[in-house]
Amino acid sequence: MLGQIAYALPFLAQGFAVTLWVSLLVVLLSLVAGVMMGVGLVYGPAPLRWAVRIFSDTIRGIPILVLIFFVYYGLPAVGLHLESFWAAVLALTLFKTAQVIEYLRGAVGSIPKGQSEAAMAIGLTFRQRLAYVIFPQAFRRFLPPWINGVTDAVKGSALVSLLGITDLMHAINQVIGRTYEAMPLYILGAVIYFAVNYALSLASRRLERRFSFIRE
Amino acid sequence: MGYTLNFNLIWRHFDKLWGGLLLSLELAVISIAIGILIGLLLAVWYVSAGRAVRTVIAAYVEFIRNVPLILLVYLVFYGLPTVVDIAYSAQTSFIATLSLYSGAYLVEVFRSGLEAVPRGQLDAGKAIGLTPWQRLVHVRLPTMLRITLPALSNTFLSLFKDTSVASVISVPELTYGAQWINFNTFRIVEVYLVVTAMYLLTGYALLFALRLVERRFRAAH
Repeated sequence: MLGQIAYALPFLAQGFAVTLWVSLLVVLLSLVAGVMMGVGLVYGPAPLRWAVRIFSDTIRGIPILVLIFFVYYGLPAVGLHLESFWAAVLALTLFKTAQVIEYLRGAVGSIPKGQSEAAMAIGLTFRQRLAYVIFPQAFRRFLPPWINGVTDAVKGSALVSLLGITDLMHAINQVIGRTYEAMPLYILGAVIYFAVNYALSLASRRLERRFSFIRE
Repeated sequence: MGYTLNFNLIWRHFDKLWGGLLLSLELAVISIAIGILIGLLLAVWYVSAGRAVRTVIAAYVEFIRNVPLILLVYLVFYGLPTVVDIAYSAQTSFIATLSLYSGAYLVEVFRSGLEAVPRGQLDAGKAIGLTPWQRLVHVRLPTMLRITLPALSNTFLSLFKDTSVASVISVPELTYGAQWINFNTFRIVEVYLVVTAMYLLTGYALLFALRLVERRFRAAH
């Protein structure tokens, strides 16, 4: 049994690399999209605010699995052909973007109004206000939940196995298909996911403590 | 392009979706009920226990929170029967998994709720001569439940969405129904539009109802 698992390790490592790659892409893409849409939600004109609000509430209201299937099976039907890998990344990114929007809204919303007004009073432009006054303060509130949310991205990436992408989850199932050693392999997989995510949540907790000196 | 929406086949098989939605709700309700039991017991135990027990409970919580739900679902359904000699249906297996899963999240919720009960209330309970058990049941738990109600409803809503993972072990809930119609009729866009609407409507109806309950309990205090 141990021999079979040892034999499968390089294959599992490849799957693990795919898991990390998917997670990394999703985290980075959703960070860019989420921050932009979040700024739109907080500072944008009414139609933009509504659009972002509807986007975020819709995406967060449905299961991530439904979103993945919708994107994967639905896009080709309307003429958009994406490889399964990119369909999965797109679906997970949409989901994560909605979360990032809410983190940003919460972080920016926690900055007292006086800060913005003071910045306006000394004649800073909108961009300067964001860059020099709001964002540096909001950053400390944004970071801990965001890092914690990265663990959601890693966990969510396991769902791409359902589209036949050989990530860690799929690699484990394939090895089980050959060796019938279900329990040891699932436990091994759980340990690997746990190691990555636990490290991330520890980092998040540490940052939270690091920034805890900030008062309302 | 050139895709024309045609919902006829969806309506013809709508019983798959409707039955699926009801099953999703059932799975979520049963799982959160068991999860609340697990969470309450472990949280009460945690705050009064020594270091060893705390470590074990914390290990359970951290393990569940840091592993993908789909892996837990596979582990309980395909993995566990290879080492223990019990047979169970996919549905039972999923309920067990989701209960353990929600239990882990709820231990955290209840634990912080218990710690948020003002010290003065417990002292007052002691002053009027309540036993430790009475203080727990009549003072600490009711206050804690009121504090944790919003977190509890959020957990329930996310569990309702998590039931979609049951489709991977062929439990015929809503997402499974969607896939069935997808594979049998190829009305892909239509079925996922309908299912998205069903999840959204149910989810927001539940949210609305739970917020009413929360307001009711806040007013009572």
